[in-house]
Amino acid sequence: MQHLNSGGNMRINTNLWVMVFIGLFSLAIMVTPVFAGASAEAAVEAAADGHVWWFWPLVLFIVTFIMGIFAVLGGVGGGVLFVPIISGFFPFHLDFVRGTGLLVALSGALAAGPGLLKMNLASLRLAIPVALIASTCAIIGAMIGLALPTNIVQIALGATILGICVLMLTAKKSTVPDVPQADRLSSALRICGVYQEASTGEIIDWKIHRTPLGLGLFILIGIMAGMFGLGAGWANVPVLNLLMGAPLKISVATSKFLLSITDTSAAWIYMNKGCVIPMMVVPSLVGIMLGSFVGVRLLKIAKPTIIRWMVIAILAFAGIKALSKGLGF
Amino acid sequence: MEEKTNALLKASPEQVLYAKVLEWGMYLGLLILFITFGLYTLGIIDPYIPLDKISNYWSYNVHEYLEHAGITAGWAWLGMLKYGDFINFIGVAILAGVTIFCYASIVPTLLKSKDIAYAIMAVLEVIILGAAASGILAVGH
Repeated sequence: MQHLNSGGNMRINTNLWVMVFIGLFSLAIMVTPVFAGASAEAAVEAAADGHVWWFWPLVLFIVTFIMGIFAVLGGVGGGVLFVPIISGFFPFHLDFVRGTGLLVALSGALAAGPGLLKMNLASLRLAIPVALIASTCAIIGAMIGLALPTNIVQIALGATILGICVLMLTAKKSTVPDVPQADRLSSALRICGVYQEASTGEIIDWKIHRTPLGLGLFILIGIMAGMFGLGAGWANVPVLNLLMGAPLKISVATSKFLLSITDTSAAWIYMNKGCVIPMMVVPSLVGIMLGSFVGVRLLKIAKPTIIRWMVIAILAFAGIKALSKGLGF
Repeated sequence: MEEKTNALLKASPEQVLYAKVLEWGMYLGLLILFITFGLYTLGIIDPYIPLDKISNYWSYNVHEYLEHAGITAGWAWLGMLKYGDFINFIGVAILAGVTIFCYASIVPTLLKSKDIAYAIMAVLEVIILGAAASGILAVGH
C-alpha cells in the first residue's frame, strides 16, 4: 500500500512537512500548560487519576504516532491497531475508543483516497456496490455494538483480534490472480479496469469473479467494522484479492478508499450516540496521520517482515488483553 | 491502440470528480479541526467540561458520560458551539460528512453517461449515509 504513493515524492515531501508542523504545533499546545490558558493552579491540578489534564492526550498522541509508523511498515491499517491497543492499555471506555477508532480509520482513508482514485488504483466501480452493502451493515454493526453489554463486546473484540492475527499469519496474497472469466454480475456492472504496474511497466487488464459471494462476505465485514470500531482493511483485501480476483494493488487501494465510506456510516452512529470526545479524537488523528507519513519514508530502509511480526505480536497481546477484560480477569 | 490504452488507464470522470470533492472536504475538515482544537486547548474559548475535569468522564460508558456531564447526544452540539470542546465537532462533522457530498456530486455525471445502475446505487448510498448522520437510527445500552 505504501509504495503506491511513491510516485508523488514532491507531494509526500510537502504533506510531510505540513504534518510535521501541525504535529509539533499540537504537541506544543499539549505539553505547555502555560500556553493552555488554564490558570497555573488548574494546569498543575491533578485530575481524578492523579495526572495533569494533558498527560493522557499527550501519551495518546505519542502512541498513535508510533502506531501510524508500525501500521505502514506492517502493512495494516491504523484502525485495526487503535481499538485493541488503546482499549487495552488506556483508561478510556470502549465506547469512546470505538468512536475514536472509526474516526481515525476514516481520516486515514480520507487522506489516501483522493490520490488512489486519481491514480486509478482505487476503483470506484468496484467500491460503490461493495460500499453500499458494507456501509449499511456497518450501521447495523454499530447499533449492535452499542446495544450489547461492554464485556460481551470486549470478548468478541478479543476473539476477532486473535482471528485477525491468524489471518495475517496464514493469508496469502496474489499479485495478479488468474480470473478466467468475469461473472455475470461484474460484467453487468462493468467492474473491470486497466492499470499499469509501476515496477515493470506492464499494462494489466483486470476483472473479477465470485461477485455475489464477495458481496455476501462484505455483509459480515461491515457488521464487524461497525461493531468494533475497526477499519476493515484486514478483511477487505483478502476478499477483494483472493476471492474476487482483483489484483493486489487494486485490492489494497480500493480497500483503503472503501474505508472512507464504511467507516463514515458507523462513525455517525457513534457520534450521534455521544461517543466522541475531542480530547481523544484530535491527538489520535494527528498522531496516526503523522506516523503514517513518517512510516512511508521509513519503508525504504525498514525491514517490513520483522515489523509485521511485531505488529502481529502486539495485536495478539492486545487481543488476549481484551478477552481477559471481557471475561473479568 | 496506444491512445486507447492510455485512455483506459485514466480514471473515469466521475472518479476524478469524487476524488476532488473528497480531497477538498478532507483538507477543509482537518484545517477547521486543528484551528478549533487550538482554540479549545489554548483556552481561547472556554470549554463546557473544564480541561482538568475531562479525564473524570472518559472512563464512563457513553450513557453515564452524557448523564454526569449533562450533555445531550445527537445534533445538540450545534446549540453548544459557544464552548471550546463542542466547536471541534464542526471539523469532525465535515470529515464524517464529506463522503455524502462526494456521492451526491457524481450522480449527475452518472446519469449523463446513462449509468443508471450506479446512479441508483449512489443515491441509495446518500440516503443510507444521510440516515446515519441524521441521528434517526438511535440505539442505547
